[in-house]
Amino acid sequence: MKTEALIDRLGETLRPVPRGAAARILLLGLSAGAAASFVLMVCWLGIRPDLTAAVATFPYWMKFAYTLALACLAFWTLQRLARPGVRAGTQAALEILPPAAIGVLAVLQWNAAPAALHTHLLMGASHTVCPWRIVALALPIFAGLLWSMRRLAPTRPMLAGAAAGLLAGAAGAWIYAFHCDESAAVFVAVWYSFGIALTGLLGAVAGRWLLRW
Amino acid sequence: MRTQEGQSAAETRLKALMLAALAGDATAYRALLSDLSAHLRAYYARRLAERADAEDLVQETLIAIHTRRASYDPAQPFTAWLHAIARYKLIDHYRRAKLRRTLPLDEAGALFGQSEHEAADAARDLAKLLDTLPQTRRALIRHVRIEGLSTEETAARTGLSPSAVKVGVHRGLKALSALVKGRPP
Repeated sequence: MKTEALIDRLGETLRPVPRGAAARILLLGLSAGAAASFVLMVCWLGIRPDLTAAVATFPYWMKFAYTLALACLAFWTLQRLARPGVRAGTQAALEILPPAAIGVLAVLQWNAAPAALHTHLLMGASHTVCPWRIVALALPIFAGLLWSMRRLAPTRPMLAGAAAGLLAGAAGAWIYAFHCDESAAVFVAVWYSFGIALTGLLGAVAGRWLLRW
Repeated sequence: MRTQEGQSAAETRLKALMLAALAGDATAYRALLSDLSAHLRAYYARRLAERADAEDLVQETLIAIHTRRASYDPAQPFTAWLHAIARYKLIDHYRRAKLRRTLPLDEAGALFGQSEHEAADAARDLAKLLDTLPQTRRALIRHVRIEGLSTEETAARTGLSPSAVKVGVHRGLKALSALVKGRPP
């Protein structure tokens, strides 16, 4: 086809694009995925029975804040990576802050605790399942984000995949925290972070192939 | 300097067209796409050996611009958006062509420094430079370096020996490069 003919045809199919359309596409994928993940968590694992008592404690809000802050930063990074010609280095670098904060809390807790408690702080009662459940709960969210990103234009598919994976992992961990009753900062800093990092890694690999256009 | 000025003028004009297009103005949109196709054609033509590949990439890029126009953020420069898409499509082309080559870092200016008009300017400049050479030498450079004839073909056409052709082309190019270097930038 001649390029002039192509331009005419594209002109005929032009529809207005509302302002903020890109953010809306991303939020749609994210919220659809998160809703699916929440339903999965309730049906598969169940909300922790002591939730009403737990909301009055520090560890509950620590997990809540850690995962939510990381999710927000990852979303900020992702919506920049979805747009060609927009730098995302600062946003990506800021993502280190929530893990750093939880790391500091973990070190303080570790040093303050008697050595006999160290194993318990680190392993809790669920370290064998925690990271894998986070990955599983992240998958529907990652699928939703893939749907969004394929409608946008990530020029660095691997990085965009990693950011989408991190966001899915952090949001999945946030949802998992409604089930999980671990309360040690050490446990969260190690096993939550491991699950989230694993999802980010999976996202990078998947993004490399699935986010091409 | 010229490239930068050209780019900021292009930025203002193209961004206005893009904003109108996002609001649904099909006339502005067609004007935008034909303007972009000229820039893209020059950009790809200088980076690809095959003319047909360049035209395919121009069309593919126009389609990508169309289907992914929601990814443009009006708070950001339009030329940066366009350049990132053009570059992505070029890298994607190299990958599909299984050519392993490194792409030199270029800035958004690369898309706007040279459109087809400037290529025409360059052709005119070249013709002027060639006119300063003696006639035989000019003909030799034209045959060998511009029309792409072989030394033997040129020798047959001009009646010179092949080695005289080679020497003539070499001296002519030397004279040309001296001319270019001697000029104020």
